[in-house]
Amino acid sequence: MVAVLSPLGSGGLEPQRSQLTLGTKVRLINWGLVLLVAIITAVGVALLFSAAGGHWKPWAQPQLVRAIPGFVLMLTIALIDVRHLMKSAYIIFFLVLCLLIAVELMGRIGMGAQRWIDLGFFQLQPSELMKPALTLALARYFHGITLDQIGRPLLLIPPLLLVFTPVAFVLMQPNLGTSLLLIMGSGAMFFAAGVRIWKFLLVIGGGLGAIPVAWEFLHDYQKQRIYTFLDPETDPLGAGYNILQSKIALGSGGLFGKGFMSGSQSQLMFLPEKHTDFIFVVLAEEFGMAGAVALLALYLILLIYGWVIALSCRSQFARLVAVGMTTQFFLYVIVNVSMVMGLIPVVGIPLPLVSYGGSAMMTLMIGVGLLLSMSVHREVRIPKSGVTDL
Amino acid sequence: MSSIDRDTDRSRLLSRRALVLGGLKLAGLSALVGRLYYLQVIESARYTMLAEENRISLRLIAPSRGTIIDRFGTPLAINQQNYRVVVVSERTRNIQETLDKISRIVPLTEGDRRRVLRELHRKRRFVPVTVRENLSWEQVATIEMNTPDLPGVAIEVGEIRHYPQADSLAHIMGYVGAVSEAELSGNSDPVLSLPGFRIGKAGIEKFHEKVLRGTAGTSQLEVNAVGRVIRELSRDEGQSGREIQLTIDMGMQRYVQQRLAQEQSASAVVMDIHTGGIYALCSHPSFDPNQFTLGINAELWEELLSNPATPLNNKAVVGQYPPGSTFKMMVALAGLESGAISNHHSVFCPGYMELGDHRFHCWKKGGHGTVDIVGGLRHSCDVFFYDVSRRVGVDRIAEMARRFGLGDRTGLDLPHERPGVIPSIAWKKATYGKGWDMGETLVASIGQGYVLATPLQLAVMTSRLANGGYAVKPHLTRQIKSVSGEQTSWPSLGVKKENLDLVLRGMYEVSNAPNGTAYKSRIVEAGFELAGKTGSAQVRRISMAERSTGVKKNEDIPWRERDHALFVAFAPVQAPRYACCVFVEHGGGGSTVAAPIARDILLECQKRDPGRASVAESPPNGVKARPRG
Repeated sequence: MVAVLSPLGSGGLEPQRSQLTLGTKVRLINWGLVLLVAIITAVGVALLFSAAGGHWKPWAQPQLVRAIPGFVLMLTIALIDVRHLMKSAYIIFFLVLCLLIAVELMGRIGMGAQRWIDLGFFQLQPSELMKPALTLALARYFHGITLDQIGRPLLLIPPLLLVFTPVAFVLMQPNLGTSLLLIMGSGAMFFAAGVRIWKFLLVIGGGLGAIPVAWEFLHDYQKQRIYTFLDPETDPLGAGYNILQSKIALGSGGLFGKGFMSGSQSQLMFLPEKHTDFIFVVLAEEFGMAGAVALLALYLILLIYGWVIALSCRSQFARLVAVGMTTQFFLYVIVNVSMVMGLIPVVGIPLPLVSYGGSAMMTLMIGVGLLLSMSVHREVRIPKSGVTDL
Repeated sequence: MSSIDRDTDRSRLLSRRALVLGGLKLAGLSALVGRLYYLQVIESARYTMLAEENRISLRLIAPSRGTIIDRFGTPLAINQQNYRVVVVSERTRNIQETLDKISRIVPLTEGDRRRVLRELHRKRRFVPVTVRENLSWEQVATIEMNTPDLPGVAIEVGEIRHYPQADSLAHIMGYVGAVSEAELSGNSDPVLSLPGFRIGKAGIEKFHEKVLRGTAGTSQLEVNAVGRVIRELSRDEGQSGREIQLTIDMGMQRYVQQRLAQEQSASAVVMDIHTGGIYALCSHPSFDPNQFTLGINAELWEELLSNPATPLNNKAVVGQYPPGSTFKMMVALAGLESGAISNHHSVFCPGYMELGDHRFHCWKKGGHGTVDIVGGLRHSCDVFFYDVSRRVGVDRIAEMARRFGLGDRTGLDLPHERPGVIPSIAWKKATYGKGWDMGETLVASIGQGYVLATPLQLAVMTSRLANGGYAVKPHLTRQIKSVSGEQTSWPSLGVKKENLDLVLRGMYEVSNAPNGTAYKSRIVEAGFELAGKTGSAQVRRISMAERSTGVKKNEDIPWRERDHALFVAFAPVQAPRYACCVFVEHGGGGSTVAAPIARDILLECQKRDPGRASVAESPPNGVKARPRG
């Protein structure tokens, strides 16, 4: 069992083996990571149960039901050969980009922004799917060029296009949060791939310079969110209400919380969006700082899994995917939790695997699935020129 | 090989940078933990307080209004359960349909429906809105029975003031009504702002408002973000208003009110000459205070306001009238006490007195012949008192009248008491800026002209005469929650006993000597006899011309200009206890109209007396058994 739970997973390594049997792959799956994901998902279900005042409906039960196909999807992806993933990276990216454009044309209105495609059983958010797709595409690109080539500014144009084409569409939806997440996640991959630090500084400087221009393009509600963030208590019943109530819930939770299903802020509906973006507050109110830190610790363990996988993979592609997915996961956590604690403006980013919602859960399951796949195929070497034979 | 090296470089760089990224992420998570520590440990107390403020809503509970009972415990003002039908819109299927169904049980006007819909629209969906108040038992039962068909409809119980004595006691009770803006602004009691809260608007309800109101309780409720009540956390019932016992004898009160009902407009006071406790205080016509508790309809209000007999006024307390001949005791006492006349003083009455160019008539054409003090009172001879007043002067008469409680508020525990007028030379100078005429003294001596008194003041005057000259004060409040507020000993007025006895003798003869003015209305039952004084007060200002030509007969002039009929009396004469003043507005002669009423009242009073003896509040401190000087 110890072996199962170790970040490197179990099973003997068979270096340079290009083809693995299905049985071997299943054995090589990092079951510790799977268990961790299951634990975090269970925490989420419990919190949704509490948020509904001790009822399975309307959130806990659907979330639980959705988790099952989620795990199936995750494990399926885990078994896909990393070379197949690399080969089809651009195609996947292109397909998701098409979906993203489709939302612009036929998406339906949700929360004042067009973000969904209704698939009947759940609503698909192409901007969410773009996170793994973009990660795969960037990993493939950076896999194919040398460190010297990375130093050539001209060769940085294609990956920048890969990033900013979807970002432009996500911004149009408009979805500022996801756009920023895509940019930051990609930035981490650029950094890991070896792009010089001064180039980042240049881009960040340029970005800061562009803020006044970008401000003009922001929607009123986005501007309002930033105003509110800057001074939430001036308008406690208006736009600042959410964040103030959220802080009250957190603060009143204290060290050990008010007890499961006993959070007055959560149970009495003072807390906005308590089942989605603000679910962390339910935890922090009912289980206090102890509960909140425990969940953050679970996330940290998940991140450690990600780093270990990234460092142990043989191929640049797999390493970059692992870094990319881990960073995306981290960004969800840090943005969501910072937001509910009033550290950054309110942006609609869910708490990974805990917030209610199908689209984000699918994305995260896919992400963990990719991590698992990288882990299973960590010994696979892929030439720089790409996959030629399988 | 070089390619491999470069590949190794690339992967080393990635490992290094992945570790840098990992460090940054760890720092980020640490920052989150730091923030959690700040919010949940350092600032926890502040946010806990804010969460409690969010969670808990303090609501006021209206205190039960204190009840009012009479001296025997008969309820005079009580709180009844007020059943009202309410709807909660979120539980109804169709509000119009629900209202239709309710209106089949409780008739609803178009106005009711509009108001309900407006309120439903304004309030949150779970807030009950009152459809109708004051349901009958039958309506409550019908609604309760049909609850399955009436989703969202419920019966709520509140309290409403009820006056079981209705119009028999309206002027003393007053009534309660909604708090007005003006009353709200000058008062800090939070309970006043409760919707539907009612406070005393008149009478005892107003006078003892603070005692009756009590203090509001509070209920701590857990509420959610939209204000829906989740549960009650704690409750402080507050303090109900205290019970007030009045000196009123409801049996007497009802009797007197009914007795007065035979007249068009009248008032009467019956009081205890020793304690000052009021047994009955009536003003006719009256009204039903129950009509005010839920808001009176405009038509009835208009009718009450336009009635010339002023049913809304408590005429016994706010009516200021010329006391007529009932004032003559004051003149006689002023003369005797000042030494202006001796107790053997007598005057020849030819039927008039001449003063300067004017002739002042006695009420009896042809005159009374020679009369002394007792005779003057017995016959109510005007000329005798003209003579006395000339000798005494108006100022000394005024001084005596004030000693006996006229010319100033008696201090009765009811709002709006009026002071009356007792004129003096200084008073006239101050009021009219003119000097005093001797003729005006003569007019004043028979209780006309400037002299005004309320029936209550005349009852107090009679009490002070009958109790041997003690400054008894009238009151209605017997005790507040078992704490007696009744005073039983009073300072002496400093009137000589022999002078007083002479006046009382005159009053005795008014009713008991065959030629007394009220002999026909005497009490014949032995031991119950009364002593009194008639009065017939002219309504129009007595002009010199009229005095000299003689007064027209009452039947020849319209009601509003007829004389007021008065009678003041006390009984039983052997051991006086009850004083009574009957005032019949525009009733005609005191002896024919007011005296029979007073007789009936005093007889009734004494017949009820044995029952009263057991609860008598104090030994009489009257003429005979007075312990102190």
